[in-house]
Amino acid sequence: MMVRPKHQRLVLLILAVTALIGAVLFAMWGLQDRAAYFVTPSDIAAGKTAPGKSMRLGGMVVKGSLKRNPDGLTIRFAVSDTKAETAVVYRGITPDLFREGSGVVAEGRLGPGGLFIADTILAKHDERYMPPQMANQ
Amino acid sequence: MHGYANPARFLKLARPATGWLLGVGALLLAAGIYGGLFVTPPDYLQGETVRILYIHVPAAWLGMAGWASIAASSISQLVWRHPLAAVAGRALAPVGAVFAALCLATGSIWGRPTWGTWWEWDGRLTSMLILFFLYLGYIALASAERERGGEGRMAALFGLVGAVNLPIIHYSVLWWRTLHQGQSISIAQGSSIAPELLWPLPLTMVGFTAIFAAVTLMRMRAELARQKLEARLRRSAAE
Repeated sequence: MMVRPKHQRLVLLILAVTALIGAVLFAMWGLQDRAAYFVTPSDIAAGKTAPGKSMRLGGMVVKGSLKRNPDGLTIRFAVSDTKAETAVVYRGITPDLFREGSGVVAEGRLGPGGLFIADTILAKHDERYMPPQMANQ
Repeated sequence: MHGYANPARFLKLARPATGWLLGVGALLLAAGIYGGLFVTPPDYLQGETVRILYIHVPAAWLGMAGWASIAASSISQLVWRHPLAAVAGRALAPVGAVFAALCLATGSIWGRPTWGTWWEWDGRLTSMLILFFLYLGYIALASAERERGGEGRMAALFGLVGAVNLPIIHYSVLWWRTLHQGQSISIAQGSSIAPELLWPLPLTMVGFTAIFAAVTLMRMRAELARQKLEARLRRSAAE
């Protein structure tokens, strides 16, 4: 039997790879909550977050909720994940892609009264790309 | 596959293939880049910025495909002791690393005007950075093993284990909340990139892939030539 060692190596390799994939799947499953880049308004509503602790809040900017203060720099808007909403206040310049009905990630902390005080605003866009004429239709 | 285990037979095929791949790749890439820069309309949201897609997506694909190829050659070395497997692994690594770095660089340049940040530690960006570091580790390990005259079995094991990062990169945007958007093109759901914007992408994808293959073949041929030279020098020194 010339092929024996070759087969033995193949079986060993398959076993090792299976064990490895299993271990990684377990690790990823365990990481699910901790590896999340942001929390959602639902998490805040459910009391999963500590007030005063710095975090990122992600969701969609609610249409019609964006208000600009007379100073021209401070904005207020609501972030929604369709189940809950969180009010956000931010003072500074926003990215070009930040707009109502679009995705947003705000870095900051939860202030008194459930108002989220943001230090940084990042725009999150979705996976769709199209020409402007098509978006207008 | 095992017919090409013989380096001489491999070289007979690789020599003409290199030129063809390089030529076809350059043509497709030129057509895709021209289309992506001058012909396609801007995106409704991002405007002209979207054009970096035609480099970023092929770079990401080749960064990952490069490691998948390293993993495949690792298996063929560990199980079948294929004489070309270690040569292929060492040839692939720096090319894959360059594309992984290109993906990170273009992503960063793209992220600044769209998201408002050069870098964020979200699942997709972090796992892609880890892939780049895995490449550096593989290159160091494989060349250290080669200098010591080893067969490259440690590097092959490393190449195989490192492959677990590939599904993590791919599914990171599904498993975890990330800043990076979900995938635009899937076999099940088709493409969420409008056809007007999509068509140059396959051109640059196939073009970059052909150039990747050509450079890898060149590196494999150079390595085989070096091995031949070293063997000849050893023989003449022994005489």
